[in-house]
Amino acid sequence: MSGAKPLPPVDDDTRAWWEGLHRGVLLLQHCRACGSVQVYQRAMCGCCLGGDLEHREASGEGTIYSFSTVYRPPSAEFKDDVPYTVVLVELSEGPRMLSTLVDMAPDAVRIGQRVQIVYDRVTEAITLPRFRPLASSATTP
Amino acid sequence: MARSLSGEVAIVGVGETPVGKVPGKSALWFNAEATRVALRDAGLDKSQVDGLLTGTSFVAPFHRMSVAVSEYLGIQPTFSNTLEVSGATAAASIGLAAAAIHSGLAEAVVVCCGDNMLSGMTRDRAVQALVSSRDPQYEAPFGLLVPTTFALTAQRHMHEYGTTPEQLAQVAVTMREHARRAPGAQMTAPITVADVLASKMVTTPYHVLDCSLVSDGGVAFVLTSAERARDFRTKPVYVLGAGESYSQEHIFCAESLTTTGARISSERAYRMAGLRPADMDVAGIYDCFTGTVVTMVEDLGFCAKGEGGPFVAAGEITFGGRIPTNTHGGLLSYAHPGIPGGFFHIAEVVRQLRGEAHGRQVAGARLGLVHSLGGGFATNATIVLGTERNG
Ligand SMILES: [Zn+2]
Repeated sequence: MSGAKPLPPVDDDTRAWWEGLHRGVLLLQHCRACGSVQVYQRAMCGCCLGGDLEHREASGEGTIYSFSTVYRPPSAEFKDDVPYTVVLVELSEGPRMLSTLVDMAPDAVRIGQRVQIVYDRVTEAITLPRFRPLASSATTP
Repeated sequence: MARSLSGEVAIVGVGETPVGKVPGKSALWFNAEATRVALRDAGLDKSQVDGLLTGTSFVAPFHRMSVAVSEYLGIQPTFSNTLEVSGATAAASIGLAAAAIHSGLAEAVVVCCGDNMLSGMTRDRAVQALVSSRDPQYEAPFGLLVPTTFALTAQRHMHEYGTTPEQLAQVAVTMREHARRAPGAQMTAPITVADVLASKMVTTPYHVLDCSLVSDGGVAFVLTSAERARDFRTKPVYVLGAGESYSQEHIFCAESLTTTGARISSERAYRMAGLRPADMDVAGIYDCFTGTVVTMVEDLGFCAKGEGGPFVAAGEITFGGRIPTNTHGGLLSYAHPGIPGGFFHIAEVVRQLRGEAHGRQVAGARLGLVHSLGGGFATNATIVLGTERNG
C-alpha cells in the first residue's frame, strides 16, 4: 500500500447507504409517492422532490453497462491496484452505480455481463461495494 | 421570433500567450497577457472595459479569479464572474458575455482564461486535482480518473455502434496533422494510427495518444455590441447562437453515455442562429479524448448517430472534409492548459472567420461552430459564430 485512498465522508443523506453496505446489504431509496428508485441517496426524491423515501434491500445483481480498465493510477494510492476495472453497473432495480470489479481478468470483461455485489470492508467503519461475475454468468445483449 | 441576442454582439479582439511549456509564469499572467494582446488586437484601451469573465485555475489559489485578473490589469469592472462549468466554460462564457452586453449589463467584456498546469504543478498534482473533481462518496473511492469517466462513454459507443480503436486513433492523427500547420503548437511530430494504438494504455480504450495534453497557456477575447463593433479595426465575428445543457453531475446518473447534452445545446444554438449543421464551414470541438470528437460530430448534427467513427476515419473532420475541425490541433496536439483549453477552439474559429488562419485557412469560411464540454458530458455549451450579423 502507498498511502490512504479516499474514503467516503458519510453525511445524513448517505448514512443509511454506507451503514447498509457495512452490514452486507445494498439499500436503494424508493419513493413512496412516485415509485422512483434512486442512486445516490438524497433527502428528497430526485424525481418528484417528495420526502417520503424508503430504503429497501436490493438484489445486489445487475449487468455491466460500461467499463474501463485503468492502467495508469489516478494517484499514488491506487498504484498497487492497477490494472483495475471501473464498472458502471445497471442494477436489476434500474439505477446505475459506479464500482470496481473483483475476481475478473481485465480481458474477460464485457458489456452486458451479469455481476453480483461483493462487500469489501476497507476500514473498521467503511465497506465499499464491489462487483464480481455472477455465478453461472450469462451475457445479455 | 423569440427574444434573442443573435447578431447583437461581436468578438472584436483575440489574444493568446505562447502555449506548451512556458515556465516561470503565474496563472494570472496567462490571463493578463492574453488580455493585453486581445485589447491591442481590438485597438481598445483598458479603460473602456467594463466587464470581465474568466474560468477557474487549477494552480492559482484565488477564490475570485476574475477579480484577481482585473486587478492585475488595473481594471475595475462593473460586471465580473468566474464561470465554473468545467470544460464547457469556454463556449458558455462567450454566451454569457454576449447576454450581458445585449442586456445592457456591460458595454465591452473581456473573456479570458489562462493556467499553467504543466509548469505550475507536477503531473501527479494535476491528475490529483482532476481526481478530486469526482464525487468523494460515490466515485472517488473507486479510483475514478477523469479520463476513465470519458473512457466509459467511449467503451459504450464502441459497444452500441461498433466504433473501433483505429477510428478513435484517427482523431489523434488528424489533430496532430492540424497542429503541424499551427505556429507554436505544443506537439508537432507526425504520428500514425499504429503509433496511437502502440502508445501506453491509460484507461481502456484510451492510450496516452488518445488523451489530451497538459499545458501552460492563456487566451482572451474582447466582445462588444454589433453597433460598436463597426468602429473597431478588426473584422467583427458575430455571436449568432448560443446554447447550453447540464444533464447530470455523476456519470452513473447519465441517461445515456452515447447521446449527450450536446444535442440539446447545439439545437438551441442552431435555432437561435436560424442555421443548420450543414451551414457550418468550420468547427472547434472539445477534444479532451479522441472518442469525445466521435460522439460530438454525431450530437452536433454533422453525421448520423453511430456514424461518428466512419465519419472521422473518412477524413470528414480535416481540410477538404465535411467539417474541418480544430484546425489548430485542439487539446490533443495544440495545447490543453486545463479550463483554458476550450477557449483556444474559439480563438481558432475566430481566426478562420477573419481569414487569418495562415497555412491552414478553410477557404471562404463564413460560419463556424464551437462546442465545449466537461465532466464526462455533464456540461455542454455550443456557440455559432459568423462573419455577418444575420448569419
Ligand atoms: Zn418521487
